[in-house]
Amino acid sequence: MSRPIGTDRQQGAPTLTIDALGRKCPIPIIMLAQQINHVPLGGVVAVLADDPAAFSDVPAWCRLKSHTHLGSYELPGGGWAIHVRRNY
Amino acid sequence: MAYFDAASSEPLHPRAREALLAALDAGWADPARLYGEARRARMLLDRARADVADVLGVRPDELVFTSSGTQAIHLGVLGALAARRRAGRHLVTGAVEHSAVLHAAQAHEADGGTVTTVGVSRTGRVDAAAFAAAVAEPGTALACLQTANHEVGTLQPVEEAARACAAAGVPLLVDAAQTLGRLPVPPGWSLLTGSAHKWGGPAGVGVLVIRKGTRWRSPLPEDERERGRVPGFENVPAVVAAAAALRARAEEAEEENRRASALVDRIRELVPRLIPDVEVVGDPVDRAPHIVTFSCLYVAGEALLTELDKAGFAISSGSSCTASTLRPSHVLEAMGVITHGNVRVSLPRGVSAADVDRFLQVLPPLVRRIREEAGVMS
Repeated sequence: MSRPIGTDRQQGAPTLTIDALGRKCPIPIIMLAQQINHVPLGGVVAVLADDPAAFSDVPAWCRLKSHTHLGSYELPGGGWAIHVRRNY
Repeated sequence: MAYFDAASSEPLHPRAREALLAALDAGWADPARLYGEARRARMLLDRARADVADVLGVRPDELVFTSSGTQAIHLGVLGALAARRRAGRHLVTGAVEHSAVLHAAQAHEADGGTVTTVGVSRTGRVDAAAFAAAVAEPGTALACLQTANHEVGTLQPVEEAARACAAAGVPLLVDAAQTLGRLPVPPGWSLLTGSAHKWGGPAGVGVLVIRKGTRWRSPLPEDERERGRVPGFENVPAVVAAAAALRARAEEAEEENRRASALVDRIRELVPRLIPDVEVVGDPVDRAPHIVTFSCLYVAGEALLTELDKAGFAISSGSSCTASTLRPSHVLEAMGVITHGNVRVSLPRGVSAADVDRFLQVLPPLVRRIREEAGVMS
C-alpha cells in the first residue's frame, strides 16, 4: 500500500507515500500511525486519501500526536496528498 | 436501555403525556371556527401560547407555533431576510449552527444574497470579534447564532453578539433548541427559535418568537393561521403537551442541570483516563449541562455505536460513517478536531448515575477490542 518516492528532505518532499485512496476513516489514520516511524526523524509522509474525514482528521491527529501537518494538496484525480512531518 | 441521546430528542415528559391525552379529546376541533368545540380548541391553544410565552419571558402575541424547530428556523431566517431586503442582502451565521440555519443560508445565497460564516475556536465557540465585524458590514440584513452547540454543547457568545447587532441595527436570530427548558435565554435577540421534542414535548411542534418591532414577512404563500406567520392547521393537542413539558422542565431545570452537569464532568474527567488516545471536545465549563462529546482515535464511529447499542446504550455520533451524507459533522470539521470514532453523550431528564457508571465500565474494553480488530496496538 505504500512506496517510498524519494529521499529529498530539504524541500520537505515526502520520503514515504501512504496510498489510502478509497479507504474510509479511520483506516487512513491507522495507516499513518502505523507507518510514520518508517521515515527518519524530520522525514515527511504523504497520505493520499479521498475520504473527506481524512482531510480534517490527519491535521487533527498531527496536533494530538505532536507531529506537523505541512499542507494538503488536491490530487488531479480527486482527494488530497496530506503531508506530515515526523517530529519524534 | 440507557438513553443518552437527549440532544436528538428528549423522551416525552410525563406531564406532556398527560396533557396530550387530555387534549386529544378536548382540542381536536378547528380553533378558527366559532362553535363550542372550536372555542375550546382555541382556548387550549391560547393558554398554551401564554404558558410558553411566560416561561420564555415574551409576549404571547410575539410567539407562534410551527411544525418543527427546523421550520421555525427556516421561517425566521427567510422571513427576516425578506423583510429587510431594502436594508441589504448580507446574512451572518456561525460555522457550527444547526443544518437548518446553514441550509436556509444556502437558499439565500442561491437567491442572490451573500453569507458570511464566522469560524469557531477549537472548543466550538464562535469568534465574537469576527462575528461583530461581519455584522457591522454595510448591507447586513440578519445575523444568526445558537445558544449552545447541539453536537459538543459549547455555549455561544450570544450576549456579545446581541450587543454587536444592536450597535449595527441588525436583528439577531437565536436558535435556542438545545437550551430551552434548561437554561434562561440570553437577552438582546430579535427572533428566537426552539423545538418542543428537545425539551420533552412531542415531535411536530416548534416555536418562533418575533419581538415587537422586528420586521418580518412570510417567505411562504399567504395563510391566516398563527397570525399569518405559519401556514397550516394547528396541532393543538401537541402544542398543549409541549407547553406542559416546557413548564415542567423550567421548574425542574435547576435540579436536572445539576445532576446532568455533574455526570458530564465525570465523563469528561474519566474517559481520557480510562481510554488511551481519546480527545474530549467542546468547552469544559461554558457548556450546556447535558452534552459531552469525545473522539476515540483509530475507531470507526459506526462500529462503536453498534457495540454500544448491543450493550444497551442509545448514543449518537458525528462521524461520517454514521451520517446519511457520509460526510463528517460540519461542527467537528469547523473545530478542527478528530471526526472519526466520535461519540456524543447527551443526558436526558432523570438520567441515573448508575447508567453513567456502567457506560464508563463498558466503554474502555469495547474501544480496546475494536482497535485490536483493526490491528491497532495501544
